[in-house]
Amino acid sequence: MGRTIKIDPVSRIEGHAHITLHLDDDGNVEDAKFHLTQFRGFEKFCEGRPFPEMPALTARTCGICPVSHLVASSKACDHLLSVTIPPTGANLRRLMNLAQLMQSHALSFFHLSSADLLLGMDSNPKSRNIFGLLAVDPQLAKDGIRLRQIGQTIIEILGGKKIHPGWMVPGGVSAPITEEKRAEMLAMLPEGLEIAQRTFESFKGLIGKFSEEIEHFGNFPTLYLSLIKPNGGLEHYDGFFRIKDDSGAIVEDMVPLEEYERVIGEAVEPYSYMKFPYYLPAGYPEGIYRVGPLARLNNCDFCGTKLADAALDEFRALQHGRPVSSSFHFHFARLVEIIFALERMKELLDNPHILDTRVRARARGNSDEGIGVAEAPRGTLIHHYKIDDDGLITWANLIIATGHNNLAMNRGIKQAAEHFVDGNNMQEGMLNRVEAVIRCYDPCLSCASHAFGQMPLRIELQDSRGKVLDQLLREVSL
Amino acid sequence: MPGPPVTTSTGMKVRVVTLKINEHDIGARETDSILDVAQANHIRIPSLCFLEGLSTWGACRLCVVEIEGYPRPVSACSTTVSEGMVITTHSDRLKRYRRTILELLFAERNHVCSVCVSNGHCELQDLAAECGMDHVRVPYRNQPYAVDSTHEMYRVDHNRCVLCTRCVRVCDEIEGAHTWDVMGRGIECQVITDMNQPWGDSSSCTSCGKCVQVCPTGALVKKGTAAGEMEKHDEFLPYLAQMRGNR
Repeated sequence: MGRTIKIDPVSRIEGHAHITLHLDDDGNVEDAKFHLTQFRGFEKFCEGRPFPEMPALTARTCGICPVSHLVASSKACDHLLSVTIPPTGANLRRLMNLAQLMQSHALSFFHLSSADLLLGMDSNPKSRNIFGLLAVDPQLAKDGIRLRQIGQTIIEILGGKKIHPGWMVPGGVSAPITEEKRAEMLAMLPEGLEIAQRTFESFKGLIGKFSEEIEHFGNFPTLYLSLIKPNGGLEHYDGFFRIKDDSGAIVEDMVPLEEYERVIGEAVEPYSYMKFPYYLPAGYPEGIYRVGPLARLNNCDFCGTKLADAALDEFRALQHGRPVSSSFHFHFARLVEIIFALERMKELLDNPHILDTRVRARARGNSDEGIGVAEAPRGTLIHHYKIDDDGLITWANLIIATGHNNLAMNRGIKQAAEHFVDGNNMQEGMLNRVEAVIRCYDPCLSCASHAFGQMPLRIELQDSRGKVLDQLLREVSL
Repeated sequence: MPGPPVTTSTGMKVRVVTLKINEHDIGARETDSILDVAQANHIRIPSLCFLEGLSTWGACRLCVVEIEGYPRPVSACSTTVSEGMVITTHSDRLKRYRRTILELLFAERNHVCSVCVSNGHCELQDLAAECGMDHVRVPYRNQPYAVDSTHEMYRVDHNRCVLCTRCVRVCDEIEGAHTWDVMGRGIECQVITDMNQPWGDSSSCTSCGKCVQVCPTGALVKKGTAAGEMEKHDEFLPYLAQMRGNR
């Protein structure tokens, strides 16, 4: 009789989800599903609202990456205004977006995933968290907290608040920065870079212990989608779409952002509130692709800053120049991007034009439709709005970064479960590995609910009629 | 007993009375409201529908005070002082009433501050903070109202309206256009322009913007403002009212 294992909730991720593993009569994994169990409805309740409210309104989707929504939404509103925003306005937005990228990557790596990496996948779940990490490697834990603090503080200096700043608006940003603010931000960057490099070096030393995980943590061929600069460089704010296949061949290049519907389709499945985007010309589900740091580094020709480019060479060497296919290496790519973000922020702040006071273009809604695309920490984020003659939203579509990875996450947990889970001898560490695959993608399933350790983990074995045959309980550890 | 009549700067003869507010002895003209006297003596009484320069409405009830010998609280804005009054502005009961009034206002329509254009510059929000209204104990009505964005420069979002009627009064009493009025009852009650036409189609509106400046919340705002960007300036009103002879 087939059985089902339910991992509910998935811990140390942002948002609420559970995983079901379906076992055959012999206890082998037959199928695996990642279920997003929460419903938000932003696209619907934004209807009727004035479009200038959209950046702040949609940013409330999430407390971890509100800046990413501010960027994509503000860009969609720029499109509605039909204006080119002042260069300094765009660069200030880039600055905040990079600070966001850095703090979010730091959260994912240090707070959510490093416990698995340092303490071990099979370590005691009660201490397999940031506090357990503090006991074993206090320097690493402090580094993570400090790096995140630097990113959050830069966001606060620019936008007045660490979470949900309101400074990014249609047409640019609402206020320029002062020399004092610039100096304050620049002063923090060297320490950040030191931490980032130190962590990168120590992570590389750990990789050898995880060869089995690297091999089975979502390691399969997919396409990769990301933004790209016109010259092929790493891009997080603007540019064009590029899609590469697993051999490294470019499938689509220099696709204007406004033409996203030509390459991206969206499917739905009855078992999840998350949509399943796919590469439209390849069909569903064959058009599976991945986004985020792994895809961005696989797609770009170079980063464009010294230390990040050196780190990119080491990333490329992981798979001998071919696109890196193991989702485990999202962690690696994240650390490279942290280095890049710190270097690029310094470049932006060193430019004297960053103090220019023309930072906003003003106009009314001059277009019926606006599309804004940017790279969120987790991948490409798309906001698409339609408005009426009075500037009220009539239709909205948001394609969230995590959604792009939905097909890959489902396939990834299946691969890991098939390898690690033995239905006849269930161990907590097996299931933690299945969760850890999800953590590689750093999914942001809603607004930030950092309830890791506070939610008990329940895993049930059920027969086909739902009768509980066996269960494992992870107790509240905080 | 009230003192002898004194002549005001406008030539009016009024008597001076003595009273107590929060145990402070105060002298005031007998024609003044309790709220006027409290403000003149730097005693803060929360209020929402009241605005200096406009006629008194007395609808929000936030300025309720207790007067010794009175069976129930009265609104400070619409009650004139009298000789020997003993007034309390902040008893536990009054604080509870004010919090409850605010909770009902917040529950009636959509006052989600975080995404409002008036966030950080909103009288309702300030009052909630002042009165300690940190949560709402009654169910939200979640009644949706359409946003009227048809005017060239301004927008009315009925979801943010508290029906204080400042817009109605300023338009009638100061601008003299009487574009704004009130329609319907209960949850259907809302401010309207002309004969409930879209604001952009109003033939009486002069687009002066006074209604926007006196609106205490994010209901009447300038178009193009993003969250937190709408700041109101109603300092002009007392001067304008005085220049027009309080007509």
